[in-house]
Amino acid sequence: MRAFTYERARSPAEAATAAARMPGAKFIAGGTNLLDLMKLDIEKPVHLIDVNTLALDQISATADGGLRIGALVRNTALAADERVRRDYGVLSRALLAGASAQLRNKATTAGNLLQRTRCPYFYDTNQACNKRLPGSGCSAIAGFSRPLAILGVSDACIASHPSDMAVAMRLLDAKVETVQPGGATRVIPIADFYRLPGNTPHIENALQAGELITGVTLPKPLGGVHLYRKVRDRASYAFALVSVAAVVQPDGASRLALGGVASQPWRVEAAEQEKSVPAITGRLLAGARTTHDNAFKLTLAQRTVASVLDEAKRVPGAQKGAAA
Amino acid sequence: MSKLCDINTGRRDLLIAGALSATAAAVPAMAVAQGAATTSGANTGDAVPPVIMPVNIEINGKLHALELDTRTTLLDALREHLHLTGTKKGCDHGQCGACTVIVDGQRINSCLSLAVMHEGASVTTIEGLGQPDKLHPMQAAFIAHDGYQCGYCTPGQICSAVAVLGEIRQGIPSHVTPDLNVKPLLNAEELRERMSGNICRCGAYSNIVDAIVDAAGRPA
Repeated sequence: MRAFTYERARSPAEAATAAARMPGAKFIAGGTNLLDLMKLDIEKPVHLIDVNTLALDQISATADGGLRIGALVRNTALAADERVRRDYGVLSRALLAGASAQLRNKATTAGNLLQRTRCPYFYDTNQACNKRLPGSGCSAIAGFSRPLAILGVSDACIASHPSDMAVAMRLLDAKVETVQPGGATRVIPIADFYRLPGNTPHIENALQAGELITGVTLPKPLGGVHLYRKVRDRASYAFALVSVAAVVQPDGASRLALGGVASQPWRVEAAEQEKSVPAITGRLLAGARTTHDNAFKLTLAQRTVASVLDEAKRVPGAQKGAAA
Repeated sequence: MSKLCDINTGRRDLLIAGALSATAAAVPAMAVAQGAATTSGANTGDAVPPVIMPVNIEINGKLHALELDTRTTLLDALREHLHLTGTKKGCDHGQCGACTVIVDGQRINSCLSLAVMHEGASVTTIEGLGQPDKLHPMQAAFIAHDGYQCGYCTPGQICSAVAVLGEIRQGIPSHVTPDLNVKPLLNAEELRERMSGNICRCGAYSNIVDAIVDAAGRPA
């Protein structure tokens, strides 16, 4: 690992200002992804700003009946929070499907939103990767692409977004709260937070230099049946090949988001207007670009959506006809 | 008796030798990385010389005032600086769980955490859980149920297992908990899921589950 200087943040605004002032500075919270990448010389910060000292670890009610989740709330604490378990079950389920308990005890809400792809070519510094080294090419497209994305991809990058939590956040219309260098704050709807790779796959989100996530807000509870189905190569502790987050109402109206198949948590609101499963998946998966290795994800996603919508009908308390 | 003792010592020496050769192997890799920094480190600014910082950490009940390179992980601080070699370095990337320790009551991968991030923290390692003359009930249960073969993952397994019982007691749900709003049960399915961050390449998993059930005070 390369050497770096280190400071403990005193306030969110000071942290953002310090980060913007120093090229090559990065925030560190849980560190479970950043340190992994620093050991491999993929992330190379020259200065770390430890934000664990900031008072951003609380979950509180908002005026409009939702929840505000501090940026530093650990994945375990968020999944176990009584209000989240009761009112945002899909979020608890997504969190619990990710990583291991040791990692969830450290990993934070904001860090989870920002975690980097596990594309094997991003990780292998001997391979071309436009996300790691812009302009170097993409070894993944013609390579081992089984775990990689089929939606929201480009000729420059087919990396898949690794997060389970972010899929549930996208489904729930979460909003990302930030502070910018100088102290101004802003709110970014999660639908606008992630960037498609295009020709700049190294730019993954809407955050500007030095901008620090301070929290995530959830709108008031949706009700309905909450499900998160993760299909992976092992029964536990593996990234998703395909995951489906769903909230299904008694009248059959459903929200759906996919993980493991796209460059970002994938939701197509227009698909949720459809009534039949083939029409829903048709719209949700429209524009998919597959490789020889990952073409199976198209079928797997269709079948997993159908299975989840079917399961929603069987959950006690849900009325029949969740989806035709 | 002395022969058995010799065998144990031999295996211990072998493991220490293995750890040393792993350290030696890391040196040239680091030299290459630093060489690269002088030529192509431009994308993140200039290379920084090593930075030493003070950090105070309570480990197994004893306060340690340390002076560490900021790059030192909690795992390396324990093993290389405090010579608490019970905590093991497996993958060093948070994938195997061999480095699991308990920090302020929560189990974490000590390899993916910087020591300087733990100012004022309280760390419990396998050495702090129990010693040969006074074993922690979980250590005793692992011995009684043969919850290991080579033993390399065992300290991490035991730290994890102790924390698992606490997590179930606190009502923290898992991926296999059927109802998020009902307190999770202590059963084999829950234990397997909750222990999935600790890999055992010898495959002692079923005996590990038996040991944890036993230590929890239930019939195996």
